[in-house]
Amino acid sequence: MTHLPYIAASYGLTLAVVLWLGIGAWQRTSRARVKLAQIDPRGDVR
Amino acid sequence: MGAVNTTSLPAGNTRNLHRFANPGQFLRLSGKILPPIAAISIILASVGLIWGLFFAPSDWQQHDAVRIMYVHVPAAWLASFGYFSLALASASSLIWRHPLADLAAVEIAPVGAAFTAICLVTGSLWGKPMWGAWWVWDARMTSVLVLFFLYLGHIALVRAFDDPQRGYRAGAILALVGVVNLPIIKFSVEWWNTLHQPASITLTGAPTMAPSMLWPLALAALGGSFGFSALVLARLRAAVMERRIRALTLAQIRTGA
Repeated sequence: MTHLPYIAASYGLTLAVVLWLGIGAWQRTSRARVKLAQIDPRGDVR
Repeated sequence: MGAVNTTSLPAGNTRNLHRFANPGQFLRLSGKILPPIAAISIILASVGLIWGLFFAPSDWQQHDAVRIMYVHVPAAWLASFGYFSLALASASSLIWRHPLADLAAVEIAPVGAAFTAICLVTGSLWGKPMWGAWWVWDARMTSVLVLFFLYLGHIALVRAFDDPQRGYRAGAILALVGVVNLPIIKFSVEWWNTLHQPASITLTGAPTMAPSMLWPLALAALGGSFGFSALVLARLRAAVMERRIRALTLAQIRTGA
Protein backbone atom coordinates (compact mmCIF):
# COMPACT_ATOMS: atom_id res chain seq x y z
CA MET A 1 0.00 0.00 0.00
CA THR A 2 1.42 3.40 -1.01
CA HIS A 3 1.36 6.45 1.30
CA LEU A 4 0.80 4.14 4.29
CA PRO A 5 1.91 6.60 7.04
CA TYR A 6 -0.59 9.21 5.83
CA ILE A 7 -3.42 6.68 5.54
CA ALA A 8 -2.64 5.10 8.95
CA ALA A 9 -2.49 8.53 10.61
CA SER A 10 -5.85 9.55 9.07
CA TYR A 11 -7.70 6.40 10.14
CA GLY A 12 -5.94 6.26 13.53
CA LEU A 13 -6.77 9.86 14.36
CA THR A 14 -10.42 9.46 13.32
CA LEU A 15 -10.82 6.29 15.38
CA ALA A 16 -9.10 7.87 18.40
CA VAL A 17 -11.27 11.00 18.37
CA VAL A 18 -14.52 9.04 17.92
CA LEU A 19 -13.55 6.62 20.73
CA TRP A 20 -12.60 9.54 22.98
CA LEU A 21 -15.97 11.22 22.36
CA GLY A 22 -17.91 7.97 22.80
CA ILE A 23 -16.16 6.83 25.98
CA GLY A 24 -16.38 10.37 27.39
CA ALA A 25 -20.15 10.51 26.78
CA TRP A 26 -20.65 7.05 28.28
CA GLN A 27 -18.61 7.88 31.42
CA ARG A 28 -20.41 11.20 31.85
CA THR A 29 -23.82 9.50 31.57
CA SER A 30 -22.82 6.78 34.05
CA ARG A 31 -21.55 9.32 36.59
CA ALA A 32 -24.70 11.43 36.26
CA ARG A 33 -26.96 8.36 36.57
CA VAL A 34 -25.25 7.21 39.78
CA LYS A 35 -25.37 10.69 41.31
CA LEU A 36 -28.99 11.20 40.31
CA ALA A 37 -29.94 7.84 41.82
CA GLN A 38 -28.33 8.96 45.13
CA ILE A 39 -30.18 12.29 45.19
CA ASP A 40 -33.50 11.18 43.70
CA PRO A 41 -33.97 7.40 44.12
CA ARG A 42 -37.49 7.63 42.59
CA GLY A 43 -36.17 8.94 39.29
CA ASP A 44 -35.85 6.20 36.66
CA VAL A 45 -33.41 7.45 34.04
CA ARG A 46 -32.72 4.26 32.10
CA MET B 1 -58.01 32.15 38.20
CA GLY B 2 -58.54 28.46 37.61
CA ALA B 3 -58.95 28.76 33.83
CA VAL B 4 -56.09 27.60 31.68
CA ASN B 5 -54.67 30.29 29.43
CA THR B 6 -54.76 28.36 26.16
CA THR B 7 -53.28 31.24 24.17
CA SER B 8 -49.94 30.71 25.90
CA LEU B 9 -49.78 27.04 24.96
CA PRO B 10 -47.59 26.20 21.98
CA ALA B 11 -49.57 25.19 18.89
CA GLY B 12 -49.24 22.45 16.28
CA ASN B 13 -45.77 21.06 15.76
CA THR B 14 -44.41 23.22 18.54
CA ARG B 15 -46.67 21.44 21.01
CA ASN B 16 -45.34 18.10 19.74
CA LEU B 17 -41.79 19.35 20.19
CA HIS B 18 -42.51 20.53 23.72
CA ARG B 19 -43.79 17.04 24.63
CA PHE B 20 -40.13 15.92 24.63
CA ALA B 21 -39.10 18.84 26.82
CA ASN B 22 -40.14 16.81 29.86
CA PRO B 23 -36.77 15.50 31.12
CA GLY B 24 -38.18 12.16 32.28
CA GLN B 25 -39.93 11.56 28.96
CA PHE B 26 -36.83 12.60 26.99
CA LEU B 27 -34.59 10.29 29.04
CA ARG B 28 -36.94 7.33 28.62
CA LEU B 29 -37.34 7.82 24.86
CA SER B 30 -33.66 8.57 24.18
CA GLY B 31 -32.65 5.59 26.34
CA LYS B 32 -34.66 3.34 24.00
CA ILE B 33 -33.43 4.75 20.67
CA LEU B 34 -29.78 5.36 21.57
CA PRO B 35 -28.56 1.69 21.55
CA PRO B 36 -29.99 0.88 18.06
CA ILE B 37 -28.65 4.16 16.63
CA ALA B 38 -25.19 3.43 18.06
CA ALA B 39 -25.29 -0.18 16.77
CA ILE B 40 -26.33 0.91 13.24
CA SER B 41 -23.58 3.52 13.28
CA ILE B 42 -20.88 1.01 14.27
CA ILE B 43 -22.00 -1.55 11.66
CA LEU B 44 -22.32 0.91 8.75
CA ALA B 45 -19.13 2.84 9.52
CA SER B 46 -17.10 -0.35 10.06
CA VAL B 47 -18.28 -1.89 6.76
CA GLY B 48 -17.71 1.39 4.87
CA LEU B 49 -14.24 2.03 6.30
CA ILE B 50 -12.97 -1.57 5.98
CA TRP B 51 -14.31 -1.70 2.42
CA GLY B 52 -12.67 1.63 1.59
CA LEU B 53 -9.38 0.75 3.27
CA PHE B 54 -8.85 -2.80 1.96
CA PHE B 55 -11.23 -3.61 -0.90
CA ALA B 56 -12.04 -0.43 -2.86
CA PRO B 57 -9.75 0.16 -5.86
CA SER B 58 -6.88 2.62 -5.63
CA ASP B 59 -6.84 5.71 -7.85
CA TRP B 60 -4.74 5.68 -11.03
CA GLN B 61 -3.18 9.05 -10.13
CA GLN B 62 -3.36 9.22 -6.32
CA HIS B 63 -2.75 5.50 -5.75
CA ASP B 64 -3.68 4.41 -2.20
CA ALA B 65 -3.72 7.97 -0.82
CA VAL B 66 -7.28 8.16 -2.17
CA ARG B 67 -8.32 5.90 0.75
CA ILE B 68 -8.06 8.95 3.03
CA MET B 69 -11.24 10.09 1.25
CA TYR B 70 -13.32 7.55 3.23
CA VAL B 71 -12.60 9.37 6.50
CA HIS B 72 -12.06 12.90 5.16
CA VAL B 73 -15.29 13.30 3.15
CA PRO B 74 -17.66 11.94 5.88
CA ALA B 75 -15.90 14.20 8.42
CA ALA B 76 -16.38 17.20 6.10
CA TRP B 77 -20.06 16.34 5.63
CA LEU B 78 -20.53 15.97 9.41
CA ALA B 79 -18.75 19.26 10.09
CA SER B 80 -21.36 21.10 7.99
CA PHE B 81 -24.28 18.88 9.11
CA GLY B 82 -23.28 19.48 12.74
CA TYR B 83 -23.26 23.24 12.28
CA PHE B 84 -26.64 23.12 10.55
CA SER B 85 -27.98 21.13 13.54
CA LEU B 86 -26.44 23.68 15.90
CA ALA B 87 -28.19 26.48 14.02
CA LEU B 88 -31.52 24.59 14.11
CA ALA B 89 -31.21 24.06 17.86
CA SER B 90 -30.34 27.75 18.28
CA ALA B 91 -33.36 28.82 16.21
CA SER B 92 -35.59 26.50 18.31
CA SER B 93 -34.20 28.13 21.42
CA LEU B 94 -34.66 31.72 20.24
CA ILE B 95 -38.04 31.30 18.49
CA TRP B 96 -39.89 28.60 20.47
CA ARG B 97 -37.83 28.67 23.67
CA HIS B 98 -37.69 24.88 23.64
CA PRO B 99 -36.10 23.92 26.97
CA LEU B 100 -33.87 21.21 25.48
CA ALA B 101 -32.70 23.30 22.52
CA ASP B 102 -30.11 25.22 24.55
CA LEU B 103 -28.66 22.02 25.98
CA ALA B 104 -28.69 20.42 22.51
CA ALA B 105 -26.73 23.36 21.07
CA VAL B 106 -24.18 23.16 23.89
CA GLU B 107 -23.70 19.41 23.27
CA ILE B 108 -23.62 19.59 19.45
CA ALA B 109 -20.81 22.17 19.33
CA PRO B 110 -17.92 20.04 20.75
CA VAL B 111 -18.89 17.04 18.59
CA GLY B 112 -19.09 19.25 15.50
CA ALA B 113 -15.75 20.87 16.37
CA ALA B 114 -14.15 17.42 16.74
CA PHE B 115 -15.36 16.30 13.30
CA THR B 116 -14.24 19.61 11.77
CA ALA B 117 -10.79 19.06 13.30
CA ILE B 118 -10.74 15.51 11.83
CA CYS B 119 -11.68 16.98 8.44
CA LEU B 120 -8.89 19.59 8.60
CA VAL B 121 -6.18 17.19 9.80
CA THR B 122 -7.06 14.34 7.41
CA GLY B 123 -7.24 16.92 4.60
CA SER B 124 -3.76 18.04 5.54
CA LEU B 125 -2.56 14.40 5.61
CA TRP B 126 -4.06 13.92 2.14
CA GLY B 127 -2.73 17.23 0.82
CA LYS B 128 0.92 16.67 1.76
CA PRO B 129 1.55 13.68 -0.56
CA MET B 130 -0.79 14.95 -3.32
CA TRP B 131 -0.17 18.73 -3.38
CA GLY B 132 3.23 18.79 -1.69
CA ALA B 133 2.02 21.02 1.17
CA TRP B 134 0.38 20.43 4.54
CA TRP B 135 -1.73 23.56 4.15
CA VAL B 136 -2.64 26.10 1.47
CA TRP B 137 -5.01 29.06 1.81
CA ASP B 138 -7.44 27.44 -0.58
CA ALA B 139 -11.04 28.79 -0.38
CA ARG B 140 -12.51 25.45 0.75
CA MET B 141 -9.87 24.89 3.43
CA THR B 142 -10.05 28.47 4.69
CA SER B 143 -13.86 28.39 4.94
CA VAL B 144 -13.72 25.08 6.87
CA LEU B 145 -11.11 26.61 9.18
CA VAL B 146 -13.55 29.50 9.77
CA LEU B 147 -16.22 26.87 10.58
CA PHE B 148 -13.86 25.35 13.17
CA PHE B 149 -13.36 28.79 14.77
CA LEU B 150 -17.13 29.34 14.79
CA TYR B 151 -17.54 26.08 16.74
CA LEU B 152 -14.78 27.10 19.17
CA GLY B 153 -16.35 30.57 19.51
CA HIS B 154 -19.71 29.01 20.35
CA ILE B 155 -18.14 26.68 22.95
CA ALA B 156 -16.33 29.62 24.60
CA LEU B 157 -19.24 32.07 24.40
CA VAL B 158 -21.88 29.89 26.11
CA ARG B 159 -19.48 29.43 29.04
CA ALA B 160 -18.47 33.10 29.27
CA PHE B 161 -21.47 34.33 31.29
CA ASP B 162 -22.38 33.84 34.95
CA ASP B 163 -26.02 33.56 33.90
CA PRO B 164 -26.28 30.43 31.68
CA GLN B 165 -29.36 31.81 29.88
CA ARG B 166 -27.38 34.82 28.63
CA GLY B 167 -24.63 32.47 27.45
CA TYR B 168 -27.14 30.27 25.59
CA ARG B 169 -28.68 33.34 23.94
CA ALA B 170 -25.31 34.78 22.85
CA GLY B 171 -24.25 31.36 21.53
CA ALA B 172 -27.52 30.98 19.62
CA ILE B 173 -27.04 34.37 17.91
CA LEU B 174 -23.45 33.47 16.97
CA ALA B 175 -24.61 30.10 15.60
CA LEU B 176 -27.28 31.72 13.43
CA VAL B 177 -24.92 34.41 12.10
CA GLY B 178 -22.33 31.73 11.29
CA VAL B 179 -24.77 29.81 9.07
CA VAL B 180 -23.71 32.14 6.24
CA ASN B 181 -20.46 30.16 6.14
CA LEU B 182 -22.20 26.92 5.08
CA PRO B 183 -23.04 27.97 1.49
CA ILE B 184 -19.57 29.50 1.24
CA ILE B 185 -18.05 26.10 2.10
CA LYS B 186 -20.37 24.30 -0.34
CA PHE B 187 -19.88 26.64 -3.31
CA SER B 188 -16.29 27.73 -2.63
CA VAL B 189 -15.03 25.26 -5.26
CA GLU B 190 -17.27 26.88 -7.89
CA TRP B 191 -16.89 30.55 -6.89
CA TRP B 192 -13.09 30.54 -6.68
CA ASN B 193 -10.19 28.69 -8.29
CA THR B 194 -9.23 26.16 -5.64
CA LEU B 195 -7.11 23.03 -5.37
CA HIS B 196 -10.25 21.10 -4.41
CA GLN B 197 -12.17 19.45 -7.21
CA PRO B 198 -15.88 20.27 -7.78
CA ALA B 199 -18.48 18.05 -6.05
CA SER B 200 -18.50 14.43 -7.29
CA ILE B 201 -22.01 13.81 -5.90
CA THR B 202 -24.85 16.24 -6.69
CA LEU B 203 -28.63 16.17 -6.31
CA THR B 204 -29.23 16.95 -9.98
CA GLY B 205 -26.71 14.78 -11.83
CA ALA B 206 -25.23 11.31 -11.78
CA PRO B 207 -22.18 10.86 -9.52
CA THR B 208 -18.84 11.26 -11.26
CA MET B 209 -17.31 8.56 -9.06
CA ALA B 210 -17.09 4.83 -9.75
CA PRO B 211 -19.67 2.75 -7.79
CA SER B 212 -16.82 0.69 -6.32
CA MET B 213 -15.68 3.86 -4.52
CA LEU B 214 -19.09 5.48 -4.07
CA TRP B 215 -20.63 2.62 -2.04
CA PRO B 216 -18.01 2.47 0.74
CA LEU B 217 -18.03 6.28 0.88
CA ALA B 218 -21.83 6.36 1.21
CA LEU B 219 -21.76 3.69 3.96
CA ALA B 220 -19.02 5.52 5.88
CA ALA B 221 -20.93 8.81 5.60
CA LEU B 222 -24.22 7.21 6.69
CA GLY B 223 -22.53 5.42 9.59
CA GLY B 224 -20.82 8.66 10.57
CA SER B 225 -24.16 10.48 10.55
CA PHE B 226 -25.73 7.89 12.85
CA GLY B 227 -22.61 8.07 15.02
CA PHE B 228 -22.81 11.84 15.25
CA SER B 229 -26.48 11.58 16.28
CA ALA B 230 -25.67 8.89 18.88
CA LEU B 231 -22.84 10.96 20.37
CA VAL B 232 -25.00 14.09 20.64
CA LEU B 233 -27.91 12.10 22.09
CA ALA B 234 -25.66 10.47 24.72
CA ARG B 235 -24.15 13.83 25.69
CA LEU B 236 -27.62 15.41 25.81
CA ARG B 237 -28.86 12.64 28.14
CA ALA B 238 -25.92 13.33 30.45
CA ALA B 239 -26.58 17.09 30.31
CA VAL B 240 -30.28 16.63 31.18
CA MET B 241 -29.35 14.44 34.17
CA GLU B 242 -26.68 16.93 35.31
CA ARG B 243 -29.21 19.78 35.12
CA ARG B 244 -31.64 17.73 37.20
CA ILE B 245 -28.88 16.99 39.75
CA ARG B 246 -28.08 20.73 40.03
CA ALA B 247 -31.77 21.62 40.48
CA LEU B 248 -32.32 18.94 43.14
CA THR B 249 -29.11 19.86 44.99
CA LEU B 250 -30.12 23.54 45.04
CA ALA B 251 -33.60 22.61 46.27
CA GLN B 252 -32.07 20.50 49.07
CA ILE B 253 -29.76 23.38 50.09
CA ARG B 254 -32.66 25.85 50.14
CA THR B 255 -34.86 23.59 52.28
CA GLY B 256 -31.88 22.79 54.53
CA ALA B 257 -32.25 19.06 53.92
